[in-house]
Amino acid sequence: MDKVKKIFGGDTRQLGMIFALVALIIFFQIWTGGLTLTPDNVINIFQQNSYILVLAIGMVLVIIAGHIDLSVGSVAAFVGICVAIAMRDWNLSWWMGILLGLAIGALVGAWHGMWTAYVGIPAFIVTLSGMLLFRGANQYVGKSNSVPVSEDFQVIGGGYLPEVGPNTGYNNLTVLIGLLLAIGIVVGSLRSRRALVKLGAEVEEAWVMWVRLGLICAAIIGATLLFGSGRPGTSFPIAGIILAVLVLVYGFISNRTVIGRHIYAVGGNRHAAELSGVKSKKVNFLVMMNMSILAALAGMIFVARSTASGPSDGVGWELDAIAAVFIGGAAVTGGVGTVVGSIVGGLVMAVLNNGLQLQGIGADATQMIKGLVLLVAVAFDVYNKSQGRVSLLGMLTRGFRRGGTDDDSAAPPPPSAATETTPVSETIRQSS
Amino acid sequence: MSDPSIPAPGSSGADRTGAAATTAANPPGSVILEMRDITKEFPGVKALSNVSMAVRRGEVHAICGENGAGKSTLMKVLSGVHPAGTYDGEIHFEGQLCEFNNIRDSEHAGIVIIHQELALIPEMSIAENIFLGNETAKSGVINWLSTRVKARELLARVGLEEEPDTKIRDIGVGKQQLVEIAKALSKDVKLLILDEPTAALNEGDSQHLLDLIAGLRSKGVTCIMISHKLNEIEQIADSITIIRDGKSIETLRVKEDGVDENRIIRGMVGRDLESRFPDHTPDIGEVFFEVRNWTVRHPSVADRLVAKHSDFFVRRGEIVGFAGLMGAGRTELMRSLFGRSYGTYVDGTILKDGKEVRLRSVSDAIDAGLAYVTEDRKTLGLNLLDDIKRTTVSARLSRITHGFVVDEREEYNYAESYRKSLRTKAPNVDEGVAKLSGGNQQKVVLAKWLFTEPDLLILDEPTRGIDVGAKFEIYGIIQRMASEGKGVILVSSELPELIGLSDRIYTIAEGAVTGVLSREEADQESLMRLMTRRTHGGSQATTRESA
Repeated sequence: MDKVKKIFGGDTRQLGMIFALVALIIFFQIWTGGLTLTPDNVINIFQQNSYILVLAIGMVLVIIAGHIDLSVGSVAAFVGICVAIAMRDWNLSWWMGILLGLAIGALVGAWHGMWTAYVGIPAFIVTLSGMLLFRGANQYVGKSNSVPVSEDFQVIGGGYLPEVGPNTGYNNLTVLIGLLLAIGIVVGSLRSRRALVKLGAEVEEAWVMWVRLGLICAAIIGATLLFGSGRPGTSFPIAGIILAVLVLVYGFISNRTVIGRHIYAVGGNRHAAELSGVKSKKVNFLVMMNMSILAALAGMIFVARSTASGPSDGVGWELDAIAAVFIGGAAVTGGVGTVVGSIVGGLVMAVLNNGLQLQGIGADATQMIKGLVLLVAVAFDVYNKSQGRVSLLGMLTRGFRRGGTDDDSAAPPPPSAATETTPVSETIRQSS
Repeated sequence: MSDPSIPAPGSSGADRTGAAATTAANPPGSVILEMRDITKEFPGVKALSNVSMAVRRGEVHAICGENGAGKSTLMKVLSGVHPAGTYDGEIHFEGQLCEFNNIRDSEHAGIVIIHQELALIPEMSIAENIFLGNETAKSGVINWLSTRVKARELLARVGLEEEPDTKIRDIGVGKQQLVEIAKALSKDVKLLILDEPTAALNEGDSQHLLDLIAGLRSKGVTCIMISHKLNEIEQIADSITIIRDGKSIETLRVKEDGVDENRIIRGMVGRDLESRFPDHTPDIGEVFFEVRNWTVRHPSVADRLVAKHSDFFVRRGEIVGFAGLMGAGRTELMRSLFGRSYGTYVDGTILKDGKEVRLRSVSDAIDAGLAYVTEDRKTLGLNLLDDIKRTTVSARLSRITHGFVVDEREEYNYAESYRKSLRTKAPNVDEGVAKLSGGNQQKVVLAKWLFTEPDLLILDEPTRGIDVGAKFEIYGIIQRMASEGKGVILVSSELPELIGLSDRIYTIAEGAVTGVLSREEADQESLMRLMTRRTHGGSQATTRESA
């Protein structure tokens, strides 16, 4: 088990989720007699759930910052109908439609952000209001009718990578992307490892890295061949590409950028963040605004896939997105969560849904099972934390100080000559 | 409602445990509690090994030890937080072998623990809090009349003059501590455990609390007290058990053994501390930071001023102390200076290097070279979910960003070098700050602010809740900062610390600067005199004066 942990980075939560996902896929693959891992079905899973996963990316940031957004389904539907009507009545091209949709999303998000961040109303209330408001607005604008969208717009939800180059039996672009991705990951790992070695930091043993890279590459190549070998005309869906780009971009933002750090800081301890110079209001505003922009995108992807915008689009999406985020390891109290985790959480739900459907299980039983899965996943998390891992609960209740090891219980060191004479800033300059 | 003259059931003597406990069968001085060979292990850590101690009836028994020595764990074993079976060893209370499975069991036996962080609910009244979980009720319906009568009686016993209906959030920490004790008394307490009872109290409130503990002792209540304030222990304790690294080292009888502070410290650290403050020769330059006529209004009470026409200055290389009683407005003053992060600005100017600076936000203040280490590490200073490296760089990310992107390599480098230079004890900088002890957490906070490369370092209670050894190190860090030519403002409730470290000390009372003493002039009495000096015309008159 230790070796397994080493390979996957030792994050029990993430590890558990990935194993659960793999186990789930294997289970359904066996149960459905091989129907799960067919090209058509895998493509189907991605297309059917891409909009929920897009929402989950925005939602995890909202939840890390310590809020929640209940309005995403309504906002998606509202944007969908506006875009559909604008394109029909004003003859907008597909990309102008998309820009319009994102702009409307930004405005709606600014509305939510303003109330949440600057007026100080809890996001739960603001977005509950938004949920009603924009559901009504969707039906008002569309007069409760369905409005079809043009075929070139449908590509973002229902389209695939085109066939180019020689006939290899696979979709060439899909294979190319898969290869580039695998190479990119290998090169990236090697480079960061070299950088760490240079710094003199501890690095994992080489075999650990290679086994991990091998597994990742195998997974990527497997997925590539699966996506690339579908019915002629199908391949890796465009919606999947949009999703992949978003995961990369938002994963980077949340980890490596100033705003990302600030989101975690505000969610983890707002007062401490403010006293460190973080403008928490701005952070909250941006997080809420970003959520609605992504909701707009999700709405458009859905409209494109279903070829028309209707009055009941997006009902219940907020709950699917929130469930994905919590299954993916986020904490209700904020400050904890990852983009990748949320995607894995969303995929667990997606595979579950799909597998049960393939087996002809009714919607009633499916919902009950999904509800229980959410509960069990979070319960697993809570149990894990209660076992002495870093947990919010443990921090709040304090106390449990792990006795006499990791504290400064030893006698005070004599003020040694080195520290007395060398000013701190100089020590730092020398060592960096 | 009903006739108030009817005595409330159970209010008359059932909870007068003091008298009841001192019966002939249980003479004072006999052993009431004995813990034998207590060993408690956590995964990978032996928190307690073979700890034994005996507490005599009717005494105040202090437990001393550095942070992490195992004091709190021992008290958790005693009070059933760590249930029987999760530790080895025996607990004998009142001559009986006890196996507590939870706090309820231990309270039933008469052992009540008051934690350092008070467990009161701010939005509920004093009376409701006292009887929370122990309501005076008949089939689930609370008898408010008798609750209030009993509460009033208990408040009288602890000497707290407040109405039982007053909400907890409307009274100060000192009074809240008394409510906690009243709550303990309501539970037929035979053995009262106080964990750092005076940590958050000023001198006056602390003294009141110590007097109260002495009063309880005279009524036969046995107390176990954990405290870092050795002068208080010397003053009140009858016996002292010293715990070091999870082992009981010795039990001292204060009177018989003639114990003093140095003796206790020797036991705690295992050797003599030559000095409680590191040697330091101040090298003081010119005035570089000056505050004039600083006046700030309370954030919610419009006619109350929390800082009143305050003038002061700091020179390069100087450690300037700020003394004041709890509620005098020291923290409020510092936070208002630090980018107006508290209260509403009314009047006043800040001059840095002779030029006026306007610090409208925390980021302005950081850019201007100010750093503020908050009083309350856990709620204001740290994001406990973060790790050391992220915390270290968090107050000035711009130093290690290219565009908007954080350079993780530089982040690691800086965090690592600060960890080394401040001697933060952690396996590496990826360690979560929540796992560190108080002293090491404080070092991480210091690192975070040193990383901003400040000219003026404002330290608000930098050693609160930190043990002797770590304190000594923090003092060294403060002095190093001063030697580097930074100005340091040191706010502290511990007068010996202020006197030992500061080159000059300002005193604050009711939001106004009441005096300034040089290192040579300052002693506890002169400071206390200035700290308690009333600003002209009493509090109401001055707070209502027009801005």
